[in-house]
Amino acid sequence: MLVNGEKKDIQDSITLLDYLKNEGYNPERVAVEHNGDIVPKNKYQEELLYQEDTIEIVHFVGGG
Amino acid sequence: MITKEDMKKSLDGRFPIEWYDILNRAEVAIAGLGGLGSHIAVMLARSGIGRLHLVDFDVVDISNLNRQEYDVRHLGIKKTEALTDRLKEINPYVDITSDDIRITPANAAYIFSGYPIVCEAFDKAEEKAMLISALLSECRDTVIVSGNGMAGLGDANGIKTRMAGRRLYICGDESTDIGEGVGLMAPRVSVCAGHQANQVIRIILEKEGIVL
Repeated sequence: MLVNGEKKDIQDSITLLDYLKNEGYNPERVAVEHNGDIVPKNKYQEELLYQEDTIEIVHFVGGG
Repeated sequence: MITKEDMKKSLDGRFPIEWYDILNRAEVAIAGLGGLGSHIAVMLARSGIGRLHLVDFDVVDISNLNRQEYDVRHLGIKKTEALTDRLKEINPYVDITSDDIRITPANAAYIFSGYPIVCEAFDKAEEKAMLISALLSECRDTVIVSGNGMAGLGDANGIKTRMAGRRLYICGDESTDIGEGVGLMAPRVSVCAGHQANQVIRIILEKEGIVL
Protein backbone atom coordinates (compact mmCIF):
# COMPACT_ATOMS: atom_id res chain seq x y z
CA MET A 1 0.00 0.00 0.00
CA LEU A 2 1.16 3.53 -0.70
CA VAL A 3 1.11 5.59 2.52
CA ASN A 4 1.95 9.30 2.16
CA GLY A 5 3.88 8.38 -0.99
CA GLU A 6 5.84 5.55 0.65
CA LYS A 7 5.39 1.84 -0.11
CA LYS A 8 4.35 -0.16 2.97
CA ASP A 9 3.45 -3.81 3.44
CA ILE A 10 0.06 -4.30 5.02
CA GLN A 11 -2.16 -7.17 5.97
CA ASP A 12 -4.92 -7.26 3.33
CA SER A 13 -8.38 -6.14 4.48
CA ILE A 14 -7.16 -4.67 7.75
CA THR A 15 -9.48 -1.92 8.98
CA LEU A 16 -8.26 1.66 8.82
CA LEU A 17 -8.74 1.92 12.58
CA ASP A 18 -6.50 -1.08 13.27
CA TYR A 19 -3.89 0.11 10.78
CA LEU A 20 -3.72 3.54 12.42
CA LYS A 21 -3.43 2.03 15.90
CA ASN A 22 -0.72 -0.44 14.78
CA GLU A 23 1.27 2.42 13.27
CA GLY A 24 1.04 4.45 16.48
CA TYR A 25 -1.41 7.11 15.28
CA ASN A 26 -4.10 8.51 17.54
CA PRO A 27 -7.18 8.02 15.29
CA GLU A 28 -8.79 11.11 16.82
CA ARG A 29 -5.92 13.29 15.61
CA VAL A 30 -5.75 12.34 11.93
CA ALA A 31 -7.58 13.01 8.70
CA VAL A 32 -7.26 10.20 6.12
CA GLU A 33 -7.76 10.12 2.39
CA HIS A 34 -8.26 6.61 0.98
CA ASN A 35 -7.85 6.26 -2.80
CA GLY A 36 -8.51 9.98 -3.13
CA ASP A 37 -11.59 10.21 -0.93
CA ILE A 38 -11.64 11.50 2.62
CA VAL A 39 -12.79 8.88 5.13
CA PRO A 40 -15.48 10.18 7.52
CA LYS A 41 -14.38 9.83 11.15
CA ASN A 42 -17.17 7.41 12.04
CA LYS A 43 -16.17 5.00 9.25
CA TYR A 44 -12.63 4.13 10.39
CA GLN A 45 -13.78 0.84 11.87
CA GLU A 46 -15.39 -0.40 8.66
CA GLU A 47 -12.99 1.04 6.04
CA LEU A 48 -10.90 -1.87 4.71
CA LEU A 49 -7.42 -1.40 3.26
CA TYR A 50 -5.77 -3.47 0.52
CA GLN A 51 -2.20 -3.76 -0.83
CA GLU A 52 -3.00 -1.88 -4.05
CA ASP A 53 -4.56 1.08 -2.18
CA THR A 54 -3.22 4.58 -1.61
CA ILE A 55 -3.76 6.46 1.61
CA GLU A 56 -2.73 9.90 2.78
CA ILE A 57 -2.63 10.49 6.53
CA VAL A 58 -2.45 14.02 7.93
CA HIS A 59 -1.56 13.99 11.61
CA PHE A 60 -2.61 17.03 13.61
CA VAL A 61 -0.92 18.64 16.59
CA GLY A 62 -2.36 21.19 18.99
CA GLY A 63 -2.01 24.95 18.92
CA GLY A 64 -3.80 27.84 17.29
CA MET B 1 -15.72 59.43 7.11
CA ILE B 2 -13.57 57.30 4.86
CA THR B 3 -15.54 56.12 1.83
CA LYS B 4 -15.47 52.74 0.13
CA GLU B 5 -13.75 54.45 -2.79
CA ASP B 6 -11.04 55.85 -0.45
CA MET B 7 -10.42 52.35 0.91
CA LYS B 8 -10.15 50.92 -2.59
CA LYS B 9 -7.68 53.65 -3.65
CA SER B 10 -5.59 53.01 -0.55
CA LEU B 11 -4.72 49.46 -1.63
CA ASP B 12 -1.26 48.96 -3.12
CA GLY B 13 -1.70 50.16 -6.70
CA ARG B 14 1.32 48.24 -7.90
CA PHE B 15 -0.95 45.19 -8.12
CA PRO B 16 -3.47 45.16 -11.00
CA ILE B 17 -6.76 46.69 -9.89
CA GLU B 18 -8.63 43.65 -11.30
CA TRP B 19 -7.02 41.51 -8.61
CA TYR B 20 -8.67 43.62 -5.93
CA ASP B 21 -12.01 43.30 -7.68
CA ILE B 22 -11.61 39.51 -7.54
CA LEU B 23 -10.65 39.62 -3.85
CA ASN B 24 -13.57 41.94 -3.13
CA ARG B 25 -15.99 39.38 -4.55
CA ALA B 26 -14.47 36.54 -2.50
CA GLU B 27 -16.00 34.91 0.57
CA VAL B 28 -13.93 33.18 3.25
CA ALA B 29 -15.05 31.47 6.46
CA ILE B 30 -12.79 31.20 9.50
CA ALA B 31 -13.29 28.38 12.03
CA GLY B 32 -11.82 29.45 15.37
CA LEU B 33 -10.92 33.03 16.25
CA GLY B 34 -7.86 32.51 18.43
CA GLY B 35 -4.20 33.16 17.63
CA LEU B 36 -4.55 31.89 14.07
CA GLY B 37 -8.10 32.88 13.18
CA SER B 38 -8.03 36.42 14.56
CA HIS B 39 -4.83 37.23 12.66
CA ILE B 40 -6.00 35.54 9.47
CA ALA B 41 -9.18 37.65 9.58
CA VAL B 42 -7.23 40.88 10.04
CA MET B 43 -4.87 40.06 7.17
CA LEU B 44 -7.74 39.15 4.86
CA ALA B 45 -9.64 42.32 5.79
CA ARG B 46 -6.53 44.41 5.07
CA SER B 47 -6.10 42.60 1.75
CA GLY B 48 -9.58 43.59 0.60
CA ILE B 49 -11.42 40.28 0.86
CA GLY B 50 -15.06 41.30 0.50
CA ARG B 51 -16.83 38.91 2.82
CA LEU B 52 -15.72 37.12 5.98
CA HIS B 53 -17.70 34.65 8.06
CA LEU B 54 -16.35 34.31 11.62
CA VAL B 55 -17.12 31.28 13.80
CA ASP B 56 -16.21 30.78 17.48
CA PHE B 57 -18.14 30.06 20.70
CA ASP B 58 -15.66 31.61 23.13
CA VAL B 59 -15.21 34.95 24.87
CA VAL B 60 -11.96 36.93 25.03
CA ASP B 61 -9.86 35.95 28.06
CA ILE B 62 -6.80 37.69 29.47
CA SER B 63 -4.73 34.60 28.53
CA ASN B 64 -5.51 35.34 24.85
CA LEU B 65 -3.68 38.67 24.83
CA ASN B 66 -0.23 37.08 24.41
CA ARG B 67 -0.94 36.10 20.81
CA GLN B 68 -4.43 37.03 19.62
CA GLU B 69 -5.71 40.17 17.92
CA TYR B 70 -7.65 41.40 20.97
CA ASP B 71 -6.87 43.98 23.63
CA VAL B 72 -7.98 44.74 27.18
CA ARG B 73 -11.19 46.45 26.10
CA HIS B 74 -12.37 43.14 24.59
CA LEU B 75 -12.02 41.07 27.80
CA GLY B 76 -15.21 39.11 28.51
CA ILE B 77 -16.72 39.92 25.10
CA LYS B 78 -17.60 37.22 22.59
CA LYS B 79 -14.78 36.70 20.12
CA THR B 80 -17.16 36.95 17.16
CA GLU B 81 -18.26 40.38 18.40
CA ALA B 82 -14.81 41.63 19.46
CA LEU B 83 -13.21 40.63 16.15
CA THR B 84 -16.05 42.11 14.10
CA ASP B 85 -15.45 45.45 15.88
CA ARG B 86 -11.70 45.22 15.30
CA LEU B 87 -12.13 44.39 11.60
CA LYS B 88 -14.56 47.28 11.11
CA GLU B 89 -11.92 49.62 12.56
CA ILE B 90 -9.44 48.37 9.97
CA ASN B 91 -11.79 48.20 6.99
CA PRO B 92 -15.36 49.43 7.52
CA TYR B 93 -16.43 47.98 4.18
CA VAL B 94 -15.77 44.29 4.77
CA ASP B 95 -19.03 42.41 4.90
CA ILE B 96 -18.81 40.40 8.13
CA THR B 97 -21.18 37.70 9.34
CA SER B 98 -20.61 35.45 12.34
CA ASP B 99 -21.82 32.38 14.22
CA ASP B 100 -21.33 32.26 17.98
CA ILE B 101 -21.43 28.47 18.15
CA ARG B 102 -19.27 25.45 18.98
CA ILE B 103 -18.59 23.44 15.84
CA THR B 104 -19.38 19.72 16.07
CA PRO B 105 -19.38 16.84 13.57
CA ALA B 106 -23.17 17.30 13.40
CA ASN B 107 -23.24 21.01 12.52
CA ALA B 108 -19.92 21.57 10.69
CA ALA B 109 -21.17 20.98 7.17
CA TYR B 110 -24.29 23.07 7.77
CA ILE B 111 -22.34 26.04 9.14
CA PHE B 112 -19.73 26.10 6.39
CA SER B 113 -21.67 24.89 3.35
CA GLY B 114 -21.63 27.51 0.65
CA TYR B 115 -18.19 28.90 1.58
CA PRO B 116 -15.66 28.07 -1.13
CA ILE B 117 -12.75 28.51 1.31
CA VAL B 118 -12.63 27.67 5.01
CA CYS B 119 -9.65 28.45 7.26
CA GLU B 120 -9.28 25.84 9.99
CA ALA B 121 -7.90 27.78 12.96
CA PHE B 122 -8.79 25.63 15.96
CA ASP B 123 -6.55 25.00 18.94
CA LYS B 124 -7.09 21.29 19.64
CA ALA B 125 -5.69 18.60 17.32
CA GLU B 126 -8.82 16.44 17.65
CA GLU B 127 -11.04 19.33 16.58
CA LYS B 128 -8.83 20.12 13.59
CA ALA B 129 -9.06 16.48 12.45
CA MET B 130 -12.82 16.44 13.05
CA LEU B 131 -13.54 19.63 11.09
CA ILE B 132 -11.37 18.69 8.13
CA SER B 133 -12.80 15.17 7.89
CA ALA B 134 -16.36 16.52 8.12
CA LEU B 135 -15.94 19.31 5.56
CA LEU B 136 -13.98 17.28 3.03
CA SER B 137 -16.55 14.49 3.10
CA GLU B 138 -19.71 16.62 3.27
CA CYS B 139 -18.91 19.95 1.54
CA ARG B 140 -17.81 18.79 -1.90
CA ASP B 141 -16.70 22.19 -3.24
CA THR B 142 -14.96 23.59 -0.17
CA VAL B 143 -11.20 24.10 -0.03
CA ILE B 144 -9.65 24.09 3.46
CA VAL B 145 -6.53 25.90 4.61
CA SER B 146 -5.47 24.43 7.95
CA GLY B 147 -2.98 25.51 10.61
CA ASN B 148 -1.02 22.57 11.98
CA GLY B 149 2.04 23.01 14.19
CA MET B 150 3.14 26.47 15.29
CA ALA B 151 3.81 26.06 19.02
CA GLY B 152 7.11 26.75 20.76
CA LEU B 153 10.07 28.85 19.72
CA GLY B 154 11.66 26.68 17.05
CA ASP B 155 13.00 28.02 13.76
CA ALA B 156 10.22 30.03 12.09
CA ASN B 157 11.44 28.68 8.73
CA GLY B 158 10.10 25.28 9.82
CA ILE B 159 6.60 26.58 9.12
CA LYS B 160 5.58 25.75 5.56
CA THR B 161 2.53 25.51 3.29
CA ARG B 162 1.84 22.31 1.37
CA MET B 163 -1.01 20.83 -0.59
CA ALA B 164 -2.20 17.69 1.21
CA GLY B 165 -5.00 16.66 -1.14
CA ARG B 166 -7.07 18.21 -3.89
CA ARG B 167 -8.96 20.43 -1.43
CA LEU B 168 -6.64 20.68 1.56
CA TYR B 169 -3.65 22.89 2.29
CA ILE B 170 -1.66 22.45 5.49
CA CYS B 171 0.33 25.33 6.97
CA GLY B 172 2.67 24.80 9.90
CA ASP B 173 5.60 22.64 10.96
CA GLU B 174 3.20 19.66 11.37
CA SER B 175 5.10 18.43 14.42
CA THR B 176 5.39 20.86 17.34
CA ASP B 177 2.55 20.05 19.73
CA ILE B 178 1.49 22.12 22.71
CA GLY B 179 2.35 20.46 26.01
CA GLU B 180 4.45 20.71 29.13
CA GLY B 181 7.24 23.18 28.39
CA VAL B 182 5.94 24.05 24.90
CA GLY B 183 3.37 26.83 24.73
CA LEU B 184 2.19 29.32 22.16
CA MET B 185 3.95 32.62 21.42
CA ALA B 186 2.76 35.41 19.16
CA PRO B 187 5.57 35.22 16.56
CA ARG B 188 5.27 31.60 15.37
CA VAL B 189 1.47 31.71 15.61
CA SER B 190 1.49 34.85 13.45
CA VAL B 191 3.88 33.28 10.94
CA CYS B 192 1.48 30.34 10.56
CA ALA B 193 -1.53 32.69 10.28
CA GLY B 194 0.37 34.59 7.58
CA HIS B 195 0.92 31.36 5.66
CA GLN B 196 -2.79 30.60 5.84
CA ALA B 197 -3.92 34.09 4.79
CA ASN B 198 -1.42 34.12 1.92
CA GLN B 199 -2.60 30.72 0.71
CA VAL B 200 -6.23 31.88 0.82
CA ILE B 201 -5.41 34.87 -1.41
CA ARG B 202 -3.44 32.64 -3.80
CA ILE B 203 -6.35 30.19 -4.08
CA ILE B 204 -8.80 33.00 -4.86
CA LEU B 205 -6.62 34.59 -7.54
CA GLU B 206 -5.40 31.34 -9.09
CA LYS B 207 -8.99 30.14 -9.45
CA GLU B 208 -9.53 33.15 -11.75
CA GLY B 209 -6.62 32.04 -13.89
CA ILE B 210 -4.07 34.46 -12.47
CA VAL B 211 -0.54 33.04 -12.41
CA LEU B 212 1.33 34.18 -9.29
